[in-house]
Parts: sequence; C-alpha cells; structure tokens
Amino acid sequence: MAGLRFDLRDTPATAPALRAELRAFLAEAGKDWSPMVRAYSWMGFDREFSREVGRRGWIGMTWPKAYGGHERSALERYVVLEEMLAVGAPVGAHWIGDRQSGPLILRLGTEEQRREFLPRIASGELAFCIGLSEPDSGSDLASLRTRAEKVPGGWRINGRKVWTTNAHLCDFMIALLRTSPVTDPRKKHQGLSQFLIDCRLSGITIRPILDLAGEEGFNEVTFDNVFVPDNMLVGQEGAGWEQATAELAFERSGPERYLSSLPLLIAALDDLRAEPAAPEVVGRLLARAATLRQMSLSVAGMLQDGKAPAREAALVKDAGNDYEQALPEKLRDLLDPIRTPPQVQEMLGYITMVARSYSLRGGTREILRGIIARQLGLR
Amino acid sequence: MSETNDDLRGILLEQVERLLTDRSGPDLLRVAERGEWPAALWEEVEALGLPLALVPEAMGGAGLGWGDAVAVWQVLGRHGAPLPLAGSMAAAALLAAAGITPPSGLIALVVPGEAVPWGRQAGHVVTVDNAGQVALHAAAGLDWQQGRSLPGREPADRASFGTPQAAGRLPDRLGPEAALRAGALLHAAQIAGALEAVLAMAVEYANTRQQFGRPIGAFQAVQQQLALCAAEVAAGGVAVAQAGRAADRRGLAGAEFEIASAKVVAGEAAGTGAAIAHQVHAAIGFTDEHPLHLFTRRMWSWRDACGAERFWARRIGQAALARGGAALWPDLTARDETEISA
Repeated sequence: MAGLRFDLRDTPATAPALRAELRAFLAEAGKDWSPMVRAYSWMGFDREFSREVGRRGWIGMTWPKAYGGHERSALERYVVLEEMLAVGAPVGAHWIGDRQSGPLILRLGTEEQRREFLPRIASGELAFCIGLSEPDSGSDLASLRTRAEKVPGGWRINGRKVWTTNAHLCDFMIALLRTSPVTDPRKKHQGLSQFLIDCRLSGITIRPILDLAGEEGFNEVTFDNVFVPDNMLVGQEGAGWEQATAELAFERSGPERYLSSLPLLIAALDDLRAEPAAPEVVGRLLARAATLRQMSLSVAGMLQDGKAPAREAALVKDAGNDYEQALPEKLRDLLDPIRTPPQVQEMLGYITMVARSYSLRGGTREILRGIIARQLGLR
Repeated sequence: MSETNDDLRGILLEQVERLLTDRSGPDLLRVAERGEWPAALWEEVEALGLPLALVPEAMGGAGLGWGDAVAVWQVLGRHGAPLPLAGSMAAAALLAAAGITPPSGLIALVVPGEAVPWGRQAGHVVTVDNAGQVALHAAAGLDWQQGRSLPGREPADRASFGTPQAAGRLPDRLGPEAALRAGALLHAAQIAGALEAVLAMAVEYANTRQQFGRPIGAFQAVQQQLALCAAEVAAGGVAVAQAGRAADRRGLAGAEFEIASAKVVAGEAAGTGAAIAHQVHAAIGFTDEHPLHLFTRRMWSWRDACGAERFWARRIGQAALARGGAALWPDLTARDETEISA
C-alpha cells in the first residue's frame, strides 16, 4: 500500500530464554511497584532500577562492546523492551538514552563523545532527556528559537525548552538549537544543530511543571548565557533537523507506542470473569494487540536491517496510540467501581489521566496522520 | 518456508495480478451480480492451476501453504474477482489433507449454517462434520435453492447433500472446525485486499475532486481520515498474514487465535475503512455508477461470513479470561516462540 510495507518478522531464537530471565527479574524487582508507578512506566524514573537493568546487560544491547554495548540484535532488544512495558516497569531513567540519545551519539558522535557517554548510558548511570519543544514551538518544531551563538571555544545558549520529561532528574539533554538565524521562513529547517548539554551547567534553570495527575513529570528548562564547549556539538553544525528527524524512526517505532496501558488489562482481567460483556471486549482488545505487536515487530525488523522506517513508524505509533487510549475506556465500561479491587481501580484512574499524553508525546496524532497522508500522495 | 516456495509464491502472485488486471474489474463484477457465471475468467484461473494451488504436488497441486493462499486471496479481494476461487482452493486443501485427491473444476466449501457462494455452479461440494470427517459430494443432481448475499449481492445458494462419493478424516491440526476457520481466513484476506482497493480509490478521488479551488485531499480534515483508513489497511494486511503464517506452522486448529484476530481486525477495518471511503467520495460514491460500492458491499458481507467480529472476539476473549491475567502476556508472546506452558 502506497509504499508502506509491514513484512512479518519472528522474534529471535534466543527470545524464550531471554524472556524467562526478564520475567524472573521483573517479578522480583516489581514486587512493590504501586499502580501509579506501573501507570507511568516509561515516563517514570527509578535510577536504582535502571542501574540494575544496566548491570544485566539490557541497555545499549545493540551497541559495540567497545562502547559498553552487548552486540545483540535489534529484535533481542525488542524482546527486552516489550517485557519491561508489559509489567509497566519504571524504565524512564534509561529509556531515552537507550532509545535515541545513545544511538545518535553512536551514529554521529565523535569518538571522544562515544567513549565519554555510551558506556555510562549502557550501565544505567547516565539519564538523558530531549530538548525539542519550546513555548511557541510544538508541532511546528522547526520554528524553534532557542539559540546557540558561536563564541571562542564553544557556544553560548539562550532560550527556553518546555515539556522536557524528567529534565529535573536527568544528567544530560540532547537539544535541538538554532545556530544560524532564519533569513527565509520557508527555510526555517536549516541552521539547526544538536548539542549535548549537561543539565547542571551554570545558567540552566529547571522548573518542574506539575502534570494533570499532580506529578512532577515534565519541565521548563531555561538557558541564560549557558556556555557549552565545542566538543558538545553532535554531528554537523546546521544539519540538526535532518539528524533529529532521522532519530524519529527510533523514537516512534518502539512497543511503548501501543503497550502503555496493557498493564491495566493484565491487572483487571481476573475481575472481569463475571461480566457478561467482557469476552467480546477482551477478545477485540487482544486481536488488536496481537496485530499491533506484529506491526511494531515489523518496524523493529526494518531498523535491524539498517533501514529508516520513519513513515511506517508514524503509522504504527498513531494506530498504537489509538489503541492504548481506547483500552482504559473500554475496561472502564466493564469494571464495576464498587466491586473492583482498589489496586485495579487506582491503576485505571492513573491510566485514564496519563493516557491523554499518548497521542501528544513523540508527535501528535495530527502530525502523524499528516505524515501518513503525504505518504499516500495527498498534498 | 523454503526459498523455492517463496519464489513460487512470487511467480503465482504476479500471474494472478496480471490476469485480474486484464480480465477482472467493475464490469465483470456487475455481470456476476446479475447471476451470470464468469466462465471465461474461471477457465483462465484453472489454466493457472489456482484451484489446486494448496494441494500437495503428489496429488496434482502446487503445494503452497496457507500463508501463500492468504497473499493470493488478498489479490482476489483487491481486484474484486467475482469468483468463489478462495473457497475452492480451501476445499481442495481440506480434501487433500484428508487423503482424498481433489477433483478439477469448482469445488464449493460448505461452512455449517451458511449459504454457499456460487453453489449452483460447483462441480463438487465439500463438507466437514463435527468429528472432522471430510466428505466430497458430486454436485450433479443437487437441488440448489438459489439466493444472494446482502449487501454483497453475490450468488449464494443452499442445498442438502446426500451420500458422499468419498470421505476421509482430517488430521487433528486442522480439526472439525476446519471449514469455518478456513472460511474466516479467506474472507478476512479478501477484505484486507478489497480495502486496499477502496483506499486507493478514495485517495485518487481526493486528489482529483476540486472544491474551494483545490483538491479535497489538500484539506486536513480529509487527509486525517484517509490516514486512519491507511492504518486500517495496514492492520488488516498484517493480521491476515500473521494468521496465514500461524496456519502453516500449527494447522488451522492451532492457529485459532490468529485466525480469530484476523477476522476481528479485518472486520473492524472493513467497517471503519468503508465508512471513510464513502465519506470522502460523498454523493458520487453512493451511486450505482461509481465502482466503490462493488467493493464496499462485498466487504460488508464478508465481515459477517464465517463468524463476525463478535463471534471470534468472544471466543478468544473467553479463552483469555479462563487463562487469567497472569497468562495474558506470556500467551500473547509465546505462540510463535515455544509451546504455551500449561
């Protein structure tokens, strides 16, 4: 269909053993995770947990051993991701570094940057956040204005990033900044560059923004004459837009784009047995989950083959977001608030709130559908 | 699957694609809807060996699997081929699995309780009973009560069958419900193919039809809906491919979950996708003259055939509820990896 193909992929032969190892680990590590922790999952932040995951070799799995990686396949990594998400593990402290900051540094970073950052990401020591959105630049990202000016030995940064998830807890940000002024509005995608920024540098102010559930999830990050040395530029000066959009294939393709609310179905299932309408609803949810999983695996397979399936990833993310948002609403129709155990009711409550973010984070539904429409040949 | 099989699938798909591009289409669909049998097209399909494609080579077939069949059925759906070829292929496969050499000509697959597409035209009829016993009946002399599906308007007939000319037992991996499962799979696959055609028509129309001085496809409201339709097309295609692969690996009985999922997802996609395509086409798509309805009406019938979404969803939902929450994720991931632990 219009150049979008989703060939079936199998998980690797090592998958069953890997799953067994992960399930044993997660059963123990997750004993005390509250319904809220599981509801936030990859937006949650637990540094100790991430260090343990790193110790077990489950971060930077596909990277070269020379940089602290484990030289395993993208599909083995996929198995690890989906096992973590299915139980709602609080993986946020290593998720971004493993998913996109590390791969970016590996692909475009200098040798010095690779040696400096990758081993510490893989061990779960370094947590990354992504500095993209600004107060006036959301979906129209290329209109961003936070600028980095060339000064002797480095760059001086001024401006403001917003909705930066877990910036208050992270060590580094990879930020997309304007390094050349916009002269022609039609060419605003030019003159952008990516930088590695230590979140504790002087001149950076991080102000948590409470989310609708009352949690400190995302932040406003202000840069006031922040000096960043030359060796913190990532890739090519001026090529930031192309670099950042290539990253989107990684950012949008993972199982976290359809699995966010699945822990609720797992937690609630046993309490639905007496509900006559449950079999049909559960069956439809399972049929979709199995299909989305195959689609997501297919995209992971394309990444493994060295392709950049940005459009396929956009489609799977959009379909996945619809699914993970619909799931809590469908279960709510079945669950009797009086008889449902408090743990399940609490998870439903949190997921109902957090679910609004699914179709916003990583590209809104409208932007994704625009990408798909262009792929279909609509202009 | 072996590479030779992959090659064979590719060659066959190309041949079917070419044949149907040349010979099938809206005109033929209209002829068939008047009850006229598209004899010339059937002869060409037979000349390609398609009806026996799933039969082992030792029995005179091409030895293709269910996954290959799904790919062929999608092409049939995409071209709206007005032939009961998918059912005939499945019937021949079931006969062969029960040790009966399939006859040539159109074989009608009878799914319990359902009318038989183009039964009046069949040379033979295949039934499967509750014990997994496959029976081959000669169609000569059968008293067909002729009808047609709605809203599909495809000929669909009913008859009672007497003493079979041959009978045999299906292996357990195909099981007593083999006709129902094969029927669900072939309808899901044809829906997935038809929806591709429907999306292509809608995109084409959106790019051509001008209002307010530009193509309606330039409006975000239209783009967003067509993007959603594209996601349904993709989901349907993946769901049926997954079901075909599972049937090759574990038999129709062992692929219950994937076949059920395919019928649910394709059925839902038919509803959502057809609604979007009609909305984009507006009044012209509501006319008899425009070919859109030749595809959407079929999809609406096919989603009800051999178990609608609700039927299959209940089955797998019931099974999952019985297994409990702790087994849900392990079961979902284990099917293609290891045997599900008890």
